[in-house]
Amino acid sequence: MNGPFDPCLARWSERIRSATTERKPLRLRGGGSKDFYGQALSGELFDTREYAGLAAYEPTELVVTARCGTPLAELEAALAEKGQSLAFEPPHFGPAATVGGCLAAGLAGPRRARVGAVRDFVLGVKLIDGQGRLLNFGGQVMKNVAGYDVSRLLAGSLGTLGLVVEVSFKVLPVALAEQTLRFDLPGENSQSLALARLNEWGGQPLPISASAWVDDTLHVRLAGASAAVCAAAQKLGGQRVAADQASAFWISLREHSHGFFAVRAAALWRLSVPATTPALPLPGAQFVEWGGAQRWLHASSPAEHQAIRQAAAQAGGHATLFRADPETKAAVGVFQPLAAPLARIHRELKAAFDPHGVFNPGRMYAEF
Amino acid sequence: MSNDGIFSAPRFPVDKALLLARLREHLPAHSLLVDKEDVRPYECDGMMAYRQMPLIVALPESEAQAQAVVRVCSALKVPMIPRGAATGLSGGALPHADGVVVSLARLKKIVRIDPLARTAVVQPGVRNLAVSEAAAPYGLYYAPDPSSQIACSIGGNVAENSGGVHCLKYGLTVHNVLRIRGLTAAGEIVEFGNAALDAAGYDLLALNIGSEGMLALVTEVTVRLTPKPELAQVIVASFAEVSKAGDAVAGIIAAGIIPAGLEMMDRKAIHAVEPYAKAGYDLEAEAILLCESDGTPEEVGEEVARMRAVLERCGASMIRVSQSEAERLKFWAGRKAAFPAVGRITPDYLCMDGTIPRKSLAHMLLAIAEMEQRYGLRCANVFHAGDGNLHPLIMFDANLPGQLERATAFGGEILELSVELGGTITGEHGVGVEKLTQMCAQFTPDELEIFHAVKRAFDPDGLLNPGKVIPTIARCREYRLTHSVDSAVGMSADQTLVKV
Ligand SMILES: Cc1cc2nc3c(=O)[nH]c(=O)nc-3n(C[C@H](O)[C@H](O)[C@H](O)COP(=O)(O)OP(=O)(O)OC[C@H]3O[C@@H](n4cnc5c(N)ncnc54)[C@H](O)[C@@H]3O)c2cc1C
Repeated sequence: MNGPFDPCLARWSERIRSATTERKPLRLRGGGSKDFYGQALSGELFDTREYAGLAAYEPTELVVTARCGTPLAELEAALAEKGQSLAFEPPHFGPAATVGGCLAAGLAGPRRARVGAVRDFVLGVKLIDGQGRLLNFGGQVMKNVAGYDVSRLLAGSLGTLGLVVEVSFKVLPVALAEQTLRFDLPGENSQSLALARLNEWGGQPLPISASAWVDDTLHVRLAGASAAVCAAAQKLGGQRVAADQASAFWISLREHSHGFFAVRAAALWRLSVPATTPALPLPGAQFVEWGGAQRWLHASSPAEHQAIRQAAAQAGGHATLFRADPETKAAVGVFQPLAAPLARIHRELKAAFDPHGVFNPGRMYAEF
Repeated sequence: MSNDGIFSAPRFPVDKALLLARLREHLPAHSLLVDKEDVRPYECDGMMAYRQMPLIVALPESEAQAQAVVRVCSALKVPMIPRGAATGLSGGALPHADGVVVSLARLKKIVRIDPLARTAVVQPGVRNLAVSEAAAPYGLYYAPDPSSQIACSIGGNVAENSGGVHCLKYGLTVHNVLRIRGLTAAGEIVEFGNAALDAAGYDLLALNIGSEGMLALVTEVTVRLTPKPELAQVIVASFAEVSKAGDAVAGIIAAGIIPAGLEMMDRKAIHAVEPYAKAGYDLEAEAILLCESDGTPEEVGEEVARMRAVLERCGASMIRVSQSEAERLKFWAGRKAAFPAVGRITPDYLCMDGTIPRKSLAHMLLAIAEMEQRYGLRCANVFHAGDGNLHPLIMFDANLPGQLERATAFGGEILELSVELGGTITGEHGVGVEKLTQMCAQFTPDELEIFHAVKRAFDPDGLLNPGKVIPTIARCREYRLTHSVDSAVGMSADQTLVKV
């Protein structure tokens, strides 16, 4: 059972309690596929994979509840069997990715602009807090406004607030039809042209489920009822990409196995900006996703890092140092610095859930 | 701290003359209401069973004025009660005897609509429907559409995480808001979220949405606008048995369809609505379902055919599909008028808001029918069936001794059953003061402690909407004492209602 008397959870709670008494921080880790993400890792390794498996899955309720150590691939396979999916297409970044890590990292894939992010699909969580208490927030239903929305707060909190042991996600049916279109946009203005099109199309009732611009080429994926996909493909034009090729392409974006991400000499930046932000006047190749709202680029010098942070902030968004060596991370900071009142609220929230700072200290911001 | 007898709100020692003098330094006379007759209209929100006269009502006309009010209240440790259009159904905007009602009604500018970015920046007092009206020329609209949308404010929507009849497909407020700007209880300006799709750090945007004015006073909101679908059509299906309608709901979802709307009304609701709204509903039916499809004409054609097949298979006794936009709106008008229609046939009603797994709809309806007998009160049922969100409308007459108490107990029992069935006590109307007792059924003392700590992270002095949403641990201890583990009935032992 998954109640408070589950022996694994009882043991975990005990271990957290003693970590608290001994003031020995823990480093929560599922499959370790996202060890690269966030600030430096610290604390004693706490492997979450023991508590695994689906706790509940009822396709007609559109809800699945999975334990933290469940391999993400296993969850996705179970959903696929019933013609459903995690609509936010979470990146795995390795075969070992777990459900707990997916929630904690809060990363979403190509469909994000269309359907939402991890937090948009979280319905409830069960967690063990910094005092070893097993707590439930949210639930297994679509709508729930009883108390503060703690489950969504935990999405993307990088394990700094508590050990999430179980998550309930809203799931959606897989689209009946999909068609990827390819547009070659050669020339200097390629990115601007792509951004203009994406924003124009975004304002129309078109079933666009993903988009990407790189190497002077724009890819758009349509998904929905077959009639709608056909009509939209006709309307938008471009070249139709074969299904297997298309699927490999979108997976290569989601998993960063696309050639663009192969540059490992420089740091990889993720910029989250309004979709209408013009092509950023920054050096190097850029990769555009999410209808223009997510941009990737590489940088190697301190001046470039600074310029990227500034450009993102100026555009009204923020920039994350997504992949970098530890020295660069320490010098630049992985996440955009917070305004003073927000930083205070973050510290207070951290103290509310984890008063002795045992969970992933410094993984998100150095101060907590 | 003593008890003011209404909902156990903590009391605050306040020097009214000093408070007023300070507020007058920042707000013109017409923006401060003090006299009894002037503040009387503010004594309740849409949950009219609870009333409390406020000390003062402040009506700031700009964020700067709102900030000044908050700073004065914060310095003098005076409670602040944010208020939008007061359509809230759980008493969230109920005044505090020692507090200032901060009405955002005059902050009603649509600051900017950006059709290319598909966003609108609006002040909190802007009405929900006004956003869609302003966006209409660009072929865009604001998707969450609570039935109260002609009146309710965006600030209130954010505070309640309001839904509508289209939220299974288009999401709740939390899915359609990109950024909120607001004031902490200390009067600092804060922004949660931004113009992009995510922000650095914890998701404080999500945490604030649905926080019922307990964490921050919202002064500006950026909402996402959605392209208007080319076509929408609604199917109205009749069923001779409620359980068959429930099966049809599950059947549609099982077929891999996410309808734009999926609503259910039972016989009592249909009969209340039909004479009032003349929507053309089937008076013979035990239940009707409204199933909407939207998208391109091709898509809608395909989906309507698929839904129709499921409905027929599940034993629908009559199926009608809207043949024009006018007919579609007529079919919806009935559903959207359900609350006022029931209001016409009874002196008073309580609107409940539990959410349950869809599969338990029929079970819940049977249980409610049994409760009607036991409590001697009628109950009409309107459901956001696609979301499993129930709105049982319990009819009573507050002027008859004991009826309000009976209705409250009836409602409490429905909510407790919702929790038992794996659901929640509130899907979209919020806890406010109404469901403080049932919060004790849904959460453990440890969980409530976390909620209190979250509150303190934003508002250490507890000045924003004090006493609401999160019950004290002591109150819940009392609740547990009076609710032995197997007691079935949810009489609210410590809920002291002031009858009016
Ligand atoms: C006939 C009827 C039908 C309804 N149908 C629906 C429906 O379909 N779906 C649904 O979800 N709800 C529905 N409601 C409930 C209600 O309309 C919503 O909860 C609405 O969002 C409340 O908005 P308001 O502006 O009236 O807020 P108010 O009632 O004024 O306040 C509600 C809460 O928000 C807080 N608040 C208000 N403004 C601010 C602000 N600027 N900053 C911080 N806190 C603030 C208040 O303190 C209070 O806690 C219905 C109500 C009625 C009367």
